[in-house]
Amino acid sequence: MAGKQKVVGHHILLRHRDIPDIGKLEVYREQGGFETFEKAVTKMQSQELKDLVHNSGLRGRGGAGFPTGLKWKFVDDNNWPHYLVVNADESEPGTFKDREIMEKNPFQFFEGIMISAFAIGANEIYIYCRGEFWQLAHELDKHIEKLKKAGLLGEKLFGTDYALNIYTHLGAGAYICGEETALLESLEGNLGQPRLRPPFPPAVGLYGKPTVVNNVETLANVALIVEKGADWYRSFGTEESAGTKVFSLSGRVKKPGNYELPFGTTYRELIYEYGGGIIDDRQVKGIMSAGASSRVIIATDEALDTPMAYETVPALGADLGSASVIILDETVDMKWLVNKTIDFFKHESCGKCTPCREGNFWMLNLTRRIASGEGSSEDVELLHDVASNIKGKCFCALGEFSTEAVVSSIERFPEDFKV
Amino acid sequence: MAEKLDTQEKEKMVNLTIDGIEVSVPEGLNLVDAAKQAGIEIPVFCHHPKLEPVGMCRVCLVDVGTPVRSRETGEPEFEEDGSPKIQFGRALQTGCTTRVSEGMVAIGYSEKVQKARQDVLEFLLTSHPLDCPVCDKGGECPLQNLTLEYGAGETRFRFEEKKHNKKHVPLGDLIFLDRERCIHCARCVRFQDEVVADPVIGFYNRGRNLEITTYSEPGFDSYWSGNTSDICPVGALTTADFRFGARPWEMLAAASVCSQCSVGCNLTLNTRREAKSGGNLVVKRVMPRQNEQVNETWICDKGRFGYHFSGSYDRLTKPLVRKKGELEPASWEEALSLVAEKAKAAGSDVVALAGGRLANEDLFNLAQFAAHLDGKARLYSDMAGGDLVAQVGLGSEANFGKMGLGTAILVVASDLEEEAPLYWLRVKQAAERGATLIVANPRETKLDANADHSLRYEYGQEAALVMAVLKQLSGKAPALPEEVKKLASSRAVSAAAEAFEAAENAVVIYGSEGLGLGGSEALAQACTNLLVAAGKAGQPKSGLLAVWDKGNAQGAWDMGLRPSAKLADELKKAKLAYITAADPAGDHPNLASAVEKAEFVVVQELFLTATARLADVVLPAQAFTERDGSYTNAERRVQRFYPAVPPIEGTKPDYLITAEIAEAVGFELEQEAAALVFLGIVGKFADYAELDYQALAEVNDQSPIIGRDDLYYGGTSYENRQGLGVKLKTTAERGSAMEISTVNFPEQSKADRLQAVPVTALYDQGNTLGYSEVLQPRLPGPYVVLSAADAGKLKVVEGADLTVKVNGVKAEVTAKLDQQLPQGIVLVPRSLGLPVTAPMPITVKAK
Amino acid sequence: MNALQEKYTKDIEAVLEKYPEDRKRSAVMPLLYIAQREGGFVTKQDMADIGEIIGITSTEVASIVGFYTLYHDEQAGKYRIQVCTDMPCALRGAEEFLENLCGNLGIQVGETTEDGLVTIEEVKCLAGCDKAPMFQVQSETEIAYHEDQTVESTMELIENWRKEEK
Repeated sequence: MAGKQKVVGHHILLRHRDIPDIGKLEVYREQGGFETFEKAVTKMQSQELKDLVHNSGLRGRGGAGFPTGLKWKFVDDNNWPHYLVVNADESEPGTFKDREIMEKNPFQFFEGIMISAFAIGANEIYIYCRGEFWQLAHELDKHIEKLKKAGLLGEKLFGTDYALNIYTHLGAGAYICGEETALLESLEGNLGQPRLRPPFPPAVGLYGKPTVVNNVETLANVALIVEKGADWYRSFGTEESAGTKVFSLSGRVKKPGNYELPFGTTYRELIYEYGGGIIDDRQVKGIMSAGASSRVIIATDEALDTPMAYETVPALGADLGSASVIILDETVDMKWLVNKTIDFFKHESCGKCTPCREGNFWMLNLTRRIASGEGSSEDVELLHDVASNIKGKCFCALGEFSTEAVVSSIERFPEDFKV
Repeated sequence: MAEKLDTQEKEKMVNLTIDGIEVSVPEGLNLVDAAKQAGIEIPVFCHHPKLEPVGMCRVCLVDVGTPVRSRETGEPEFEEDGSPKIQFGRALQTGCTTRVSEGMVAIGYSEKVQKARQDVLEFLLTSHPLDCPVCDKGGECPLQNLTLEYGAGETRFRFEEKKHNKKHVPLGDLIFLDRERCIHCARCVRFQDEVVADPVIGFYNRGRNLEITTYSEPGFDSYWSGNTSDICPVGALTTADFRFGARPWEMLAAASVCSQCSVGCNLTLNTRREAKSGGNLVVKRVMPRQNEQVNETWICDKGRFGYHFSGSYDRLTKPLVRKKGELEPASWEEALSLVAEKAKAAGSDVVALAGGRLANEDLFNLAQFAAHLDGKARLYSDMAGGDLVAQVGLGSEANFGKMGLGTAILVVASDLEEEAPLYWLRVKQAAERGATLIVANPRETKLDANADHSLRYEYGQEAALVMAVLKQLSGKAPALPEEVKKLASSRAVSAAAEAFEAAENAVVIYGSEGLGLGGSEALAQACTNLLVAAGKAGQPKSGLLAVWDKGNAQGAWDMGLRPSAKLADELKKAKLAYITAADPAGDHPNLASAVEKAEFVVVQELFLTATARLADVVLPAQAFTERDGSYTNAERRVQRFYPAVPPIEGTKPDYLITAEIAEAVGFELEQEAAALVFLGIVGKFADYAELDYQALAEVNDQSPIIGRDDLYYGGTSYENRQGLGVKLKTTAERGSAMEISTVNFPEQSKADRLQAVPVTALYDQGNTLGYSEVLQPRLPGPYVVLSAADAGKLKVVEGADLTVKVNGVKAEVTAKLDQQLPQGIVLVPRSLGLPVTAPMPITVKAK
Repeated sequence: MNALQEKYTKDIEAVLEKYPEDRKRSAVMPLLYIAQREGGFVTKQDMADIGEIIGITSTEVASIVGFYTLYHDEQAGKYRIQVCTDMPCALRGAEEFLENLCGNLGIQVGETTEDGLVTIEEVKCLAGCDKAPMFQVQSETEIAYHEDQTVESTMELIENWRKEEK
């Protein structure tokens, strides 16, 4: 990590924390806003932008960490039109970063998606907001009107032949729509159930056309990457995790909230330096590194000193994912925790495939019994077995998310499950 | 010119290994279908060979490996023992969504895969009610069979924690849903959406709370609903007709053919001898029997539920003879000798009138009977063109199931789903595979959704429209009347004509929408001309198809019967009117009075119809369930049907009754067996030459394979072991030259009054349908359809009561509205009480 | 034009404009929100009307209503207070908050106050984990977030609604 900037002096994504009124179009433009968009549209080629973003090392912030530039390069240029769909269906328990970006620093987000659309040759952007972001979506609509008035959206932008429009689309309460193909189904007016893959969206996406689906936070990086270059972006973070990340910190910490930090920051720093430590100064017991779908990390000293990056967290038997860090203190009973997570996943199962639909229903029966103290050791064993049987058989990745907390909790915190 | 994509040509084969067995299957197939072809078992629930693969149920998991190729050279890599190096995936794959590829290795028998299937099954069973003892599917249930094969033998799920759901949910009148048994495979929902474009059932809620529901009015409003119960892999969907009726293993299966419309869907009649039916063998249910050339694995609800007339207690069981003005039971000897005596006296004044639902053998004997006496043999029908179909009908290689790019299909004057549901489906699917579809009709029909060209014309201009298309075919325009020239100048017509001409193969389908006999004659000739002009007459994959009003009308034409424009006159003057399987008096007051005036009337029937009540002698015939015979469908495929139940005592098959009358008259007609009568047909008609009942009973392998006793579940549609039938060659295909003939355009009535035009509705009040208790709620009372403008003028709304006067009949009917119907047109469905046989004036008053 | 179109002509047009000409089915979700503006739930007639506008069946529209939690097929209180009790919120006292709120209102989760004003519902994550206890209020006109709540602040909110009603 030599030569890398360890601490960001100012924010890249949460710039509203540095520049109070950046949420206003005038202020954002005073800061040079949309100059990069203009430069991209008037002076840059699609391939150049794709290369730049690819070289920056930007990876998808929705959880999977897929290289953004690579995804863009998969877009089928023999099939038109192309679409950019922004995944603003932030619904994983513990995740609340995209909301803050869109609420507080909307125009940087807009500039990012607009440059991205140009890069992939899309003239239409759909922002799929979870239905609960009703107020936010209405704010975004107002911003879109302002952008149109400012000549930043519409036909013949900056005198070129490039046209761009942005539409918001509200979901209506379904976690599964965060899965990109379920999101596309939902956007097309169908049940939000995932599609078979392949083909992947860059080949066959919205309305059967090549489509890039990217997360809000991912795209909010793009304007500054294009402005300042790939090397600048790579100067933050670690070798395989370039840039900064907005860590959503929640659970039993004194100061929960979003913290934008470079990759490589340790859990200890996040919890104690930024989160103010544990409520009532209790001991930290476990860390969920990626929301309710993560395996639970035992909060050993070694774990606490692990840098948060795509390449380092797996050593703890977990993933960085969306970096929604939920802190569990010594008073949290893992039986309770497991029941809570399964309650969520059972409620959110779309019902398409058997293991997720039936398995989560079964697991909830077991976790309820176990959490209420009426479970036997056979029940715990059975729960572990049912979770293991779900794994590897579901239609989509979200189907097996539910098993992670269950299996890891039983294996790593056996004392909590002793009858 | 459209890209040539002939699906009938040799498919490219792919070699792979499944469970150690090397198989070679067509490219594009998925693993489970490939395994099925090779006789290797991969279980399925959600996958059905006629539906798009979805990979939802996860029971078809397999371990899939593909050959490793060198990154540098792209050459295959090998193990030390020389076998190809295979890379297996990290996770198991669903076989149904995995396409076969060269060198692929799939493993289903490993412990890992078997365990995975067992796990999926265990998940499904956690919420299954396990009420197999009272479940209709028990005995033919893949969940039951799979549990036997893979089930754990003990349950780890607490029974008291099972989720309980409603068990008897009517999804409309015909289908019941058991929400506990449903395993959410979506076969039914997908069938309704993908196959028949009636998405009127769907999922409600999500996750474990998913349930099938319908919001249509009436519930599950589709002509196809019964098929969902066939393909349901559990006992969740059952028919109101059959549920709790019998166990599958108690029933026998007899092959049959549906005669409700001119498609001739292959059926299996399931029968059971039962106490509650007086110890008789009775039909318990009607199931589709696979024939990929005809109905694939589907049948419509009319065919499935409309059979009840055959077992009705209202059936005639004894001959009746009129004595002192009353019809009295009589012996067969007495009745037949009386008829023979009258026939001898009548001589050439015999008029034999037959309905198009009779078998070829019946119609043949009847025609021979009339011919022997120099009398007339009439087909009771308002449609024409069977002779033209015999000349330029569908060629021997035309199969709707294989049509796609390169074929143009013109459908004119037909609401195809109403007139012949399976033809609608087959044409729709051909269009989805890329065939160019031209739909010409005065109003929008369901088929328009799939049309590349929708042409509109005024009622009465059917033939003119077709001739207008013909005129547009470059350089082949005969002299034509003014109105045709006008139609031909429309851009839509020229675009359609261009598409029609560009296609390598062309099919023309005409129906009976808005047509009387005269209009039908003109249209049939125009359609023939079009095929001739386009150079498609006699081509093996092209031809003409008439959507007949009755199941075996084409057979009747082939046997020499013809409809008559002067039927009433002929009946009036008849010294002997010999009426079989037709109820003219019930349909039409003019015909009723004609029958009354005939000197002597013999009616051969299943029921005491209005016509039978006017008869001097009534002879009880047998239903299609009780005897054998053959039908010729609209594509001119000759198909055999077989006896399923013993005949009602006292009845005889039609061909036999006619032969016995002939015998009493003093001449011989074949009467020993239907098969022998058929040999007479073969001897007489060149088209039928070289056929016999054995040829009709031949079968070959069909794809997809739906039956067999394995765990791949294709539905309860039956395998075809009793005959796929034989398609006749047309005279044009056998080399007769065809020429364009004059079309006698019907006169257009330009009256200022409302014009009634006859249309066909699938559910009508024809003689037989009313006996089906389950269909009763779906059968409408008399109604007419008004345009929005006329309804506005009359100040009536949907459902209003109307008084109409048409063709000398005054009747009370209800109003239906159609926003797209042209002003001045009143649609009158056939067989719903109003005698509209051709376009004619009507008066409509609000009540 | 059906009843829904007559009532919300402009809004419906605006929604339809967002999607390509031949992809009007995409409009089903925004149209359902429009239908919910009256009464806070979707009637069978609404489903038929929406189906007619975008060319799908009532059953297909109903499937969408059934799948998503923010569409309702039954009437509830004028304000649906939807409290998140998912794990991160629960770690910050959301469950106690919900219990006490219900106690204060004298109703159970899923029930509506006698005056028909408030229905209390328990929902899954609302992306407000750092500001728990929190809830959203779904009404005919909007869905609004209320974060860092106490029973007192919530009761005050309800009292204000009650005053508005008078």
